[in-house]
Formats: sequence, C-alpha cells, structure tokens
Amino acid sequence: MTRYLVHRIAGMLVVLLLVCLFTYVVFFVLSPDPAVQICGKNCTPDRIDQIRANLGLDDPFWTQFGHFLQGLVAGRRYGSGGSVIDCPAPCLGYSFQTSQIVTDMIVQRLPVTAVVAVGAAVLWLLAGVLGGLVSAVREGRFADRFIAGLTLGGMSVPNYVLALALQYVFVVWLQWLPFPQAVPFADDPAQWFLNFVLPWTVLAIGYASAYTRLTRANVIDTLAENFVRTAKAKGLRPDLVWRRHALRPALTPVVTIAGMDFAGLLGGALITETVFGINGVGKLAADSITKNDQPVIMAVTLLAAFFVVVGNMAVDLLYSAIDPRVRVGAT
Amino acid sequence: MTISSTPLEATAASDHAAVATTDPRRHVTHLLLRDRAAVACLAYIGLVVVMAVFAPLIVRISGWDPYQFDQSAIDPDLGSIPVGRWGGISAGHWLGVEPGTGRDIFARIVYGARSSMLIALSATLLTTVLGVVFGLLAGYFGGRTDMLLSRVMEFLMAFPALIFMIAVLSALPADDRQFLLVVVISVFGWPYLARIVRAQTLSLKEREFVEAARASGASRGQVVFREVLPNLRSTVLVMVTMAVPGYIGTEAGLSFLGVGVVPPTPSWGQMIASSVGWYSVVPTYFLVPGVFLALLVLSFMVLGDRVRHAVDPGGGI
Repeated sequence: MTRYLVHRIAGMLVVLLLVCLFTYVVFFVLSPDPAVQICGKNCTPDRIDQIRANLGLDDPFWTQFGHFLQGLVAGRRYGSGGSVIDCPAPCLGYSFQTSQIVTDMIVQRLPVTAVVAVGAAVLWLLAGVLGGLVSAVREGRFADRFIAGLTLGGMSVPNYVLALALQYVFVVWLQWLPFPQAVPFADDPAQWFLNFVLPWTVLAIGYASAYTRLTRANVIDTLAENFVRTAKAKGLRPDLVWRRHALRPALTPVVTIAGMDFAGLLGGALITETVFGINGVGKLAADSITKNDQPVIMAVTLLAAFFVVVGNMAVDLLYSAIDPRVRVGAT
Repeated sequence: MTISSTPLEATAASDHAAVATTDPRRHVTHLLLRDRAAVACLAYIGLVVVMAVFAPLIVRISGWDPYQFDQSAIDPDLGSIPVGRWGGISAGHWLGVEPGTGRDIFARIVYGARSSMLIALSATLLTTVLGVVFGLLAGYFGGRTDMLLSRVMEFLMAFPALIFMIAVLSALPADDRQFLLVVVISVFGWPYLARIVRAQTLSLKEREFVEAARASGASRGQVVFREVLPNLRSTVLVMVTMAVPGYIGTEAGLSFLGVGVVPPTPSWGQMIASSVGWYSVVPTYFLVPGVFLALLVLSFMVLGDRVRHAVDPGGGI
C-alpha cells in the first residue's frame, strides 16, 4: 500500500509538472508582451527593455520556467531596487494589470467558489441518487418514464440558458427570489442563502440528471445479481436486502464519480459564476480572459488541473477502501 | 492501476458484449426508422442541417440578412428594445429582432446553425479519425506504442479541458477561430474514443478469425483494416453519435464565454451571451437561440441512445 501511494503521488507530480510546462509554453509563445502592457501610454523602447530586465522577461525560456517553479515551491520576488514585490510560496505569479499577487487574488475568492461547489454537489447527489432509486424501483412505470424525460431535458439544456430562464421566471416574473446582490453571510443569512439557490440549482441540474441515469442503471444491475437473489431466497426482509446487500455495490460508482466531478467543478463554476455575477474563482478566470490578464488565467488553469489530479487520486484510494472487490495491491 | 468506474468505460464493457452477439442481418437504420422518437430527432437534425446548408437562400426568402440593421424595428425612446410584443415577432421578422441593433434573429439563427454544425461535425470527424487510429495502434501493437499512447491519453484526460480551451483560445489570435475551435476540441476529445477502441482491439486481436487471417498470411495492415476495424464499427458509431451533442455544447459554451466564434459571424452561443444584459426586458432574445440549441443537443442525445439500443439491445444505461 505504501509503495502504491508513493508511486501514485510521484505520478501525480509528474502530471502536474507536465501541465505546468504545457501551460507555460502556450502562454510563453502566445501571450502578448507583458512589458508593453505595464509600460502604458508614455512608453519608450528603453523603458520596455528596462521593465523586461526587471521582471526577468528577457531571460531564456528555461530560466523563466525555472523561476516560475521556484516561485511555486519557495516563493520569489519581482523587480529590483526600490520597487520589490515579495511573493511568498506558493507563488502563482504577479498580475501586471491589477498589481496584485495572483495567489492572493485566488485565495480571496476560493471560499465563494467552495460554497457554490459544495451546495451544488449536495443538491445533485441528493436529487440524483433519489431520482435513480425511484426510477429503478418503478422501472418501466410512469414515474420511471417521467424521470427519464426530466433527465434528458436536464442534460440537454445548456446551463447558461437554464440560468437565464430560471432567473427570468423566479426573479423577474414570479418574484419569488430577491434580485441577487452580494450580502455577507453574517449580515443576513436568509438573503445570502436565497442568493445561492439559483446558482446551486443551475450547476447541479446537469450532474443530477447524469447521476439519476447512472444510479438507475447500477441499481437495476445489482438487483439482478446472484447475491441479491440469494438474500431474497433465504427470506431476508426486503429493507434489509436493500440496506445490507443492494445499496452498497449500486452506489459505490456514484460516490467515486462524484469525487471526480467535484474536483472538476471549476470549469462549470466558470459559466455559472459569470452568469450570476458571483465573485468566485470562476468569475475571476472569466474576467481575466476578457482583460487578457495571462498570469491569472494560467494560475486558474493550474489550480483546476491540481484539483482534477488530486481528486482522481483520492477517488482511486477511496474506491479501494469502500469496494472490497477492488484491491489496490492486486493491480 | 486503472479502475473501471466511468460511464464511458461502462459503455465499453456493454459494447464489448455487443461485438460478440450482433446479428449481421439486423440493420441499424431499419430499426431506427421504425422508432418514432429517433425519426423525430432525425427530422430536427435534418432541419438544422438544411438551414445551415441553404442559409443564403433561406435568408433571401425571409427578407433580412443577418448583418442588416433595422432601425424601424427597435424603439429608440425605450432604450432600443424591439417594437411590438414578444421581442418584435412580426411578419417581417419571424423570430423578432435583436434589441439595440434591430438585426433579424431568424437570419442569425439560420447562419448560426452553420457555425454550430460545421464546428461540431468537423470536430467529430477529426476526433473519430484520431481516436480510431491511435486506439487501434495502441491496442494492436501493444508494448511501447501502447505505453506511450496510454500515457498521453491519461495526461490529456487529467487536464481541465474546458478551462484550458478557454485559456488557449483567449491567447490565440482571433482570425480563423472556427478552425482553432475544431482543433482544440478534438485535441481534448480523442482520448475518450481511443481508450474504448484500444480496449476492444485488445480483445478482438485474440479472437480466432484474426488468428486465422494471420495464419493464412495476411499482412499487419490487412489484419488491422480488414479484420479488426470492421468489428469496431458499431462501437464507433455509438460513441460518435454520443459525442456530437457534447461538441455542440462546447462550441456554444466557448462562444458564450467570448472565446468562440468571433462577431459579427453569428453563433447560437454568442447570441445567448449578448442576450444576458437584456434577459429581463426581452426574454425572447435568449429563449429563441436557447431553444434551438437545447433541441439540437437533445436530438443528438436521444438519437445516440437509440443507436445504442439498436446496435446493442441488451446494453444497460
């Protein structure tokens, strides 16, 4: 097990390093010269050269990439002389447009995104598992078909269309929900909660639909297994058949996929946060794209990759813990 | 090390069973044409394709081209919202006009179908070619080729694809966006198909008919293309139909975020993006492209499901 862990973590670091390199190359080659951006209107070629030298932008590629990695691990400082900016580890870069350290910008907004993500995940797991169980129990009946129709709809309406439609119906037309405005939790918890109802719903609906189908299929498959038939044949009460025998194998894949989807949620949060104007990491990324603030875009990409890679590993470990049929050592 | 837990792998498993049992006399098209839902989906997809192909002709009949400003259709005194109810739907403007500019929404939908279909279908084509070729290579030749390709696939699948696509597209120059969109979508899309093709090839190459072909002196190329590839047909067909809605959604999503199709070229996602500021005043502006887009994704998804059932009647989900 320890060997496997070490192996996995090493593999993970390699993937992350490659992601860093890949992203860095893309931005190094493609992005416009940040020195020109900082220099502004009253710019002379001399000043650009000076800024470049100050920021280390005239160094060869590998030196710059080395500095970037060094910043991640040990922190780094930008500039020289009077205007030194200290960027402690993990330093994700310095945004020339907002004159802020990227790590700070992200850390500030991470809690908001966490609220969006966790709320949505709770919602979609509840709805998905419940919907899937109902469909499986009522297989082929009206409830099953009705839920199947809903899930198809939920998977095919793009979440930004859904966001606009729900906002129109519940905020503008029916006025059941207040117009969204940023309220700190401590000031008015009710208003704060109501603000997040639509974003959670919008983000959750696509996943909930997919999970409903997955749960349904898994439960139906499990109920057809021999061990369930044996349990029924030996006269076990139906609720115990479910609790002790059917639910665990049926829901294990759902849990593991939930882990992976949760880790990859930053991509979905980008659209949801933009549409609802929630000031999280996703909105930060969207805004940086509009302003072409490359260091921030790159940092968010890396962060998202980090979550995905770590999430995948956590899921693999979790999987072997909750499903005795999969043993890590055996593979 | 790998644990099969994703839906795609589940698909692979059920499709794997299909290879063994598929009856060659049962025609997929025949089955689909007797299925009412599938026919309805095909009809809608056909409609969108016709719109895309004959866009200039259709626009000539409807009377407005997608770039034409119609000042008489918007009311400058009311903040340039469309004149009349329902977003300015009238005999002249069949689906209303854009607030602010007065451009005809029907014409923009028709031309937007072009971008959507062109990008989604090209991306599907490219993904299929890449996925099948690399999957076959990895599965059939095994060894070091397989090692290398599998690592690349794992790497690409560990990538946060959407965020990275946005980042790359925002950094790239805006000309030739449509081409870049296809490339970027395909680069991140092919591993999902390749993984399944690889798994199937691995089991197919051990089967007797492949052995027989090899024993009777067929070359490697002949074995791969004449014996293995035809047996992958149904899997690839299912995977491809299921992939199209994803690509349509991705294209629209990227255009929505402002890194997709560049204005003034219309695209459905971009139309929805520009409707965000107007949603409370002119709801038809986001509803029209939204409904067209959702129906297209829905049609491809239902069709994908039906194709799978037709190919593999026992298959799970």
